[in-house]
Amino acid sequence: MLIMTNHFNRRDFIKVTGAAGALLLSQNSFARATKPPLGRVVIIGGGYAGATAAKYLRMWSLGAIEVIVVEANAQFVSCPLSNLVLGGSKNINDLTFGYDALKANHGIQWVQDTVTAIDTGAKKISMLRGELSYDRLIVAPGVDFNYDDLPMLASAAAQQQIPHAWKAGWQTVNLRKQLEAMPNGGVFVMSVPRAPYRCPPGPYERVCQVASYLKVHKPKSKIIVLDANAEIISKKGLFTKVWADIYTGMVDYRPDSVIAGVDVATKTVTTEFDKVSAEVLNIIPPQRAGKVAQIANLTEKDYPWCEVSFLTYESRLVQNVHVVGDSIAAGLPKSAHMATSQAKVCANAIVQLMAGLTPDPAPVFANTCYSYVTDKSAMHVANVYRYDEAKKIMVSADGGGVSLAPSDKEGGYAAAWAQNIWADTLT
Amino acid sequence: MKQFQSAWFLAALLITSVSLPDIGNAAEVAVFSAEQNIHIRALAASCAACHGTLGNAVESDSRGSSAVNKADADTNGANAVLAGIAPADFTEKMLGFRDGSRKATVMHHHAKGLSVAEINQLAVHFSQQKRVAKAPLKPQVLNADHD
Repeated sequence: MLIMTNHFNRRDFIKVTGAAGALLLSQNSFARATKPPLGRVVIIGGGYAGATAAKYLRMWSLGAIEVIVVEANAQFVSCPLSNLVLGGSKNINDLTFGYDALKANHGIQWVQDTVTAIDTGAKKISMLRGELSYDRLIVAPGVDFNYDDLPMLASAAAQQQIPHAWKAGWQTVNLRKQLEAMPNGGVFVMSVPRAPYRCPPGPYERVCQVASYLKVHKPKSKIIVLDANAEIISKKGLFTKVWADIYTGMVDYRPDSVIAGVDVATKTVTTEFDKVSAEVLNIIPPQRAGKVAQIANLTEKDYPWCEVSFLTYESRLVQNVHVVGDSIAAGLPKSAHMATSQAKVCANAIVQLMAGLTPDPAPVFANTCYSYVTDKSAMHVANVYRYDEAKKIMVSADGGGVSLAPSDKEGGYAAAWAQNIWADTLT
Repeated sequence: MKQFQSAWFLAALLITSVSLPDIGNAAEVAVFSAEQNIHIRALAASCAACHGTLGNAVESDSRGSSAVNKADADTNGANAVLAGIAPADFTEKMLGFRDGSRKATVMHHHAKGLSVAEINQLAVHFSQQKRVAKAPLKPQVLNADHD
């Protein structure tokens, strides 16, 4: 145990009293862990948001807050850059990482399990293999796919035929294999759900990546984009120009195209006006706050995202439960950088609250989001966001914007962005 | 070991008091928060996506090992290492990005959103960080049982 030392100081003593107290007072199986004086934060989800919150809570509390992360997967797979797997310039094994360095560097406790219930009254979560109590809970489950209107795509078998590939992993690999197996002249059809969804420019970057592969290897092939939105919702001018200039004649973009039905066997999609058949079909489903947010009752009936305070990221519905990342309701892009920035503001506020101090009344943070339009060339959108005291939300500050044009130079910046955000999140 | 045993003995005596807040620990955190300036540390942390934890950018081939070289970072500005930067150097660049007198690819979109006071405080924050060499994170083979 951590107290086996000759240098027995005040803090170690407190850890011992905490441990002994926890042993006797708590009934759960994790109670053997010492309970440091400022309390315990349990974090559900080890993605960009959850892992970042864990690290910065430990750093900024000088180790005085106990942090336990509950994550179902053993590995972290990055959604940013995963469209490059479809283009062929990256492999999924370039984007997959372990949690060992993060855990060891910051003394973060880790439980690989799936959350089944949350009792926010008793401040306790249940998992398949145990229970945990918390002083504060951070919920960072990312997005959940909503198959209410597309029930034929809800099964694993259907997704083997028609992958979403919108959470990086084996579905990404599957979609790449389908593209490799597609004949020259085949049609790739991709749908975009109504906003908000994870990564606003992501679908349009995906079109570029698939087009860059097809242009070289299957030049007779075409791409049809069925977008439920009225127009391209991020970097519109830039994507439109790239499709016209680099992928001339390859991309058939159809706005206001909500998917009404899908025939899985024939890979045929119906919209209000269209019926489209595909050799390779990629439906990106409508999205809502992650399952854990739903079971903790952090969303209201008529809106599927979590309302939070932008000073603390505490839920507006449930006390002592914070939400960070893609699950929150905000006029903010659901990006990895945004998730980490929110997690840092949240961690900063929780450290203050648990130490009896006041959180920052006016948080400010940056977001940079790159999209690759070829294997090498990228473009950005970048903004500073600032808390608006009157509106009680984060608003973009003056001076943000997008690239003048994509460039190989920014492709290098984007690669460095990925290296840095991975190292920041996971070490 | 003797200290260890006596601590457990004391712990047993004090079991009923474990729910009391530890003033000492909260006070340490309060001092640290005040030293760090919580507004600036969270803002500075949001720079980490490109510039690394506490300004220690990762040395990677894609960026070119020369970018950790200060002279090169001066000219190309990309993913500069901010840990240990001279405050005047940081402030001059950021104010240049902010008023447009310094050419930028991305940074003008950030600098224009910050106040002069924030830029000055970020300069102090990053100047106080120790330079630590950061290698890129090693990737792994995706497990068969992942989603």
